[in-house]
Amino acid sequence: MKSETVREQNVSESSARQADDRGPAGGTAALADVSAQEVIAAAAADIAAPANKAASADKAAPADEAAADIGTSKHSREKTERNGKNGRYAGNNRAHSGLYALYRKEMADHLHSGRFLIVLALILLTSYASLYGAVSNLSDAVASDSDYIFLKLFTLSGSTIPSFTTFIALLGPFVGLTLGFDAINSERSEGTLNRLISQPIYRDAVINGKFLAGATIILVMVLSMGLFIGAVGILKTGIPPTAEEVGRAAVFLLFTAVYICFWLALSILFSVLCRHAATSAMLGIGLWIFFALFMSLVASIVAGALYPINDTATVGRVLDNYECQTMINRLSPYYLYSEAVSTIMDPTVRTTNLVLPQQLSGAITGYLSLGQSVLLVWPHLTGLAALTAVMFAGSYIGFMRREVRSR
Amino acid sequence: MDGMPIIHTEGLTKKYGSKVAVSELNLDIYPGEIFGLLGPNGAGKTTTTLMLLGLSEPTLGKAWIDGKDCTREPIAVKRIVGYLPDNVGFYSDMTGRENLRFTGRLNGLPDELIEKRIDELLEKVGMTEAADQKTGTYSRGMRQRLGVADVLMKDPKVVIMDEPTLGIDPEGMRELMELIRRLAAEDGRTILISSHQLYQIQQICDRVGLFVEGNLVACGKIDELARSMQQEGVSILETAAFPDDAGFRELLESLGNVDSVERTGDFYVVRSRYDVKRELLRRSLDAGYTLSLIRQRENDLDEIYRRYFEEAGEEHEVGDGKRAKRFGIFGKAGR
Repeated sequence: MKSETVREQNVSESSARQADDRGPAGGTAALADVSAQEVIAAAAADIAAPANKAASADKAAPADEAAADIGTSKHSREKTERNGKNGRYAGNNRAHSGLYALYRKEMADHLHSGRFLIVLALILLTSYASLYGAVSNLSDAVASDSDYIFLKLFTLSGSTIPSFTTFIALLGPFVGLTLGFDAINSERSEGTLNRLISQPIYRDAVINGKFLAGATIILVMVLSMGLFIGAVGILKTGIPPTAEEVGRAAVFLLFTAVYICFWLALSILFSVLCRHAATSAMLGIGLWIFFALFMSLVASIVAGALYPINDTATVGRVLDNYECQTMINRLSPYYLYSEAVSTIMDPTVRTTNLVLPQQLSGAITGYLSLGQSVLLVWPHLTGLAALTAVMFAGSYIGFMRREVRSR
Repeated sequence: MDGMPIIHTEGLTKKYGSKVAVSELNLDIYPGEIFGLLGPNGAGKTTTTLMLLGLSEPTLGKAWIDGKDCTREPIAVKRIVGYLPDNVGFYSDMTGRENLRFTGRLNGLPDELIEKRIDELLEKVGMTEAADQKTGTYSRGMRQRLGVADVLMKDPKVVIMDEPTLGIDPEGMRELMELIRRLAAEDGRTILISSHQLYQIQQICDRVGLFVEGNLVACGKIDELARSMQQEGVSILETAAFPDDAGFRELLESLGNVDSVERTGDFYVVRSRYDVKRELLRRSLDAGYTLSLIRQRENDLDEIYRRYFEEAGEEHEVGDGKRAKRFGIFGKAGR
C-alpha cells in the first residue's frame, strides 16, 4: 500500500539521520540492536509503570508478550528496525511523557494566567502588611520575652493587622481553590478533554499532572513567601535566626503547603463532580467560609446539646463539653492547621489539649524543643495529609469512572 | 479492498442501563478506505467510535484496530488512531502552533520532529498564516482544520472523525472534503467518518454503514445499496403540470402502485413500485394537463437512507411515535 511506502521512507530517513549521528561505524544493524533492546526495556518499563494502576494484570500481559515477540521473532525485529526512530521515542519516556507534557503545560498555564498573578500579588501584599504589623509591635513584645524573636515575625499581630499565620490560615484556601476549581470542568466545556484523552496517555495522567503542577506552584509560592518574610525580617531586626528557629519556620512552611494542597485537591474534586466551573468555585468558597467562620459555632452548638452546661453542671461535664467541642473543631482543616501552626511557632505551647492547673503544678517552665513540638502536631500533619489524599483519591476515582463524551 | 481489515468488531454491544446504544455490531473496515458511519443523532455512532478508541468499555463483544484489542490495549490503539471529536476544542489562550506542539509532546515525539511536522501540517490544512494567533480567535472552520492537523500530529494509520462537517460553510466544507480525500488517497490512511449529513459523505465515502437505533441496518458501497434498492422496485419521479390544481394530485394518487405523493416546492415527488411515466403521460393528456416537468430521480444516498429508516422505523414503530417523527425531521435535514 501507498502508506507503507511513505512510512518506510520517513523511517529510513530518520534512521539514516541517526546513523549519521553515531558515525558510519555504527551502521543500521547496530542501530536495530540498540533500538530492539530499548524497546524491550521500554516494554519492561511499561509493565512496571501500570503496576500501581488498577488494570495492571490486563496491561502487563500484552506488554510481556510484546517483549517476548521482539526478542524472538524475526518479523518483529524487522519492524523494530524499520521504526528505528519510532522505537527510540516510543521508549522509556513514552508512558511518562504524557504526564510530563501535561505537567509542563499546566505549570506554564498557571504561571501565565492573570489569575495566578492576582493571587500572588494578594499573598505578597498580606505578607508585607502582617510583617509590617509584627515589626511595629516587636519592640514591645521583646521587652517582655526576648527569646525566639525570629518566630515572632510570623506570629505577632500588629495593633490592627492580624499575624502572618492567621492571614495564611484564612487566605491559603483561596490560593488552592483558585488553582484548581476549573481544572477538569473547563477542559470538558472547552471540548479539549476528549481530544486530550484520545492521545496515547494513561487517563490518570491528566488528573495527576494537574494536581502535581498545582502542588508545585503552591510549594514554590509558600517557600518564596517564607524566604521573603525571613529576609525582610532579618534586614529589619538585624538579628539572625537560630537553627531551631529556621527549623520551626521550615515545619511551618511544610504545614502551610500541605494545608493549601488540601484545598487544591478539594477544588479539583469539585471540578470533576460539577459540570460548571462556577458551581465548583461556589462550593469551594462555601466550604472555605464554613470552615473558617461557622465550624466553631457548629461545634459549640453540638457540644452544648450533647453535654449541656447549666448551673448544676459538674467539672466532668464541663470538661466533656470542651473536649467534644475540640474534637468536632478538629474535623475542620482550618482549625487543624491553626492549632498545629500555633504549636510549632510558639515553643511555650506544651499541649494541644486541655490542661488543668493541678496537672501543671510542679512543672518547670521552659521551652519545648523542636522535636517535641513536632511530636505534638504529628497527628495534625497526618490528618491534613490524609484529608488531602482522600480528596485527591475522590477526584481520581470520579475522573476515571466518568464517561467522557463531547461537551 | 483486499487483505485483512484494519478495523474489526465482533458483536460489539454497549448498554446504558436498559437502553441499548449499540447492538451486536460486526464491522470490517479495510486499509486505505473512507468509511461513512451514517445515522441520526443518538443512533450510536459516537458510542461506537468511543469504544473503538478504548474510551468507553463495551458491554459485550470486542473490537480490534490493526490487530490491537481496543479495550485491553487502549494506549497502543490510541498511538495509531487519530480522533477528531465532534466540535473539537483547543486551549483558547494558546496559539494554534502551541496547541499542536502540546499534542506532539503528549505523543512523546522528539522536539525537532514536532516542529517539522507542525510546519508541514499547517501548510497542508492551509493554516500557516493563522498559526500564531490564539485559538480563541479562530472561526469554527479554522478550528476544524486545526483539528485535522492535530489529529495528524501522531501520523495515524486510522483517522476517526465525528461529525466533521457540522457547522462549516459550503466553501470550508468543500476544502475539508478535499483534504479528507487526500488523506486517504495520498497518505493511505484509513478514515472513518461518522455523520448525519448525507451529501458530503456521499461524495467521498468508499463504503457506508447505516445506523439506526444502535443497529447497523445496511453496509456497503453506495451504488450497491442503490442497486439493491432498485431490485426491490422503487421508482421516484419528480413531476409538475399546468394547471397546477388539486385535480392533478388526485390524478397522481390514482396511478397504479403509487406509494406516496409529496409536494416539494413547485413540483410533486411520486414514489411507486415501478415506472409510472408512460401511464402518467397518457392520463395527464387525457385529463387536460400539460406536463411541465417529468424527471426520474437518481437513487442517491438520501433515498437509500430514507428507505432503510422507513424499514427500521416500521420495525420499531410499536409504542414509540416520537421516534418516527424524528426520522421525518431528520430526512428533511439531510436534504
